[in-house]
Amino acid sequence: MPVDYIPRTRELYKAYDHYRWVVNNDTPPWTPLKKPIAQCRVALMGSGGILYRDQPRFHREDTSYRLIPKSAVQADLEVWHFGYRTEDAASDHNCVFPLAAMRELEAAGTIGEFMDPAYSFMGGVYSSRKVREELAPRIADELQRAHADAFYLVPA
Amino acid sequence: MTSAMDITRAVNPPRAVFVNFPLGHQTGKPHQPVLQRQIVADAMRAFESIERPGTTVELPYIWDANDRGWEDSDYTEGFLPERPPKEDADAIEAERRARFAGGK
Repeated sequence: MPVDYIPRTRELYKAYDHYRWVVNNDTPPWTPLKKPIAQCRVALMGSGGILYRDQPRFHREDTSYRLIPKSAVQADLEVWHFGYRTEDAASDHNCVFPLAAMRELEAAGTIGEFMDPAYSFMGGVYSSRKVREELAPRIADELQRAHADAFYLVPA
Repeated sequence: MTSAMDITRAVNPPRAVFVNFPLGHQTGKPHQPVLQRQIVADAMRAFESIERPGTTVELPYIWDANDRGWEDSDYTEGFLPERPPKEDADAIEAERRARFAGGK
C-alpha cells in the first residue's frame, strides 16, 4: 500500500503554521511527445540536493540549481539536503539522481540522447510560489533553449 | 518519478511513474544498477505509453517482500536528518572545496 505522506508531512512540519499543500485540480498541461523516445533528447533534473565537486551548497528556501556533468561519477558528487534520509544517496547518488542508468539507456539506444548537463536542486523549498515563479520558469527556459524533447524529474 | 502517491495525486503532474520505495530511493536501491536501470527504463517508456494528462504508471518493484515495516516508519518523527549549525556546514563545504581545488 502506498504510504500517505501528506499527513506525515503535516506532522513533521507542524511548526510551520502556514504550510499549504499544492493542489492542482485542473487538467494538467499537456505536451505530446513529438517523436519516439529513442529519438528524443532527454534532460534529467533531481531535487535530491546533489552537488558536483566544489559547487556551493544549497541553503534554506534555495531556488537555485546546479549543472551536473552527465559524466560525473560517485567521487564527484555530494548530497546536501535535510528533508530526507540521505545515507543511501550519499553512498550511491543513482538512488535519486540516475546518471549511470541514463548513460546506459543512451548507449543502448533506449533514448536518443541524455542531455548534458543534468540539473540538480534541493527540494526543501517550502514556498510553492518561489518554485512556481523562480525555479520553474528558469529551468523551463533553459530546457527550451537547449531543445529538450523530454524532461525527467526525480524527487528525493 | 514519484514514491508519494497522495502528493502526486494532489499536485497532478502531466505524467508520473510511481515506485513504492522509501523516500530517497525513487530510482532504486543503492548499488543495484540493474534495478536502477529497470526503473529508469520504465520511466522512459512511460513518456511514450502515457496518453492522457494526469496518468500515473505504477511499477511492480517491491522494496522488501519479507518486511514492509518501512511503510510504518518512513517520514515519521525522528526521520529528518539534523541540519548542522552554520559553522559546521561552512567547515564541511570548505573541506569539500579544498578537496576539489584546482579541478582535480
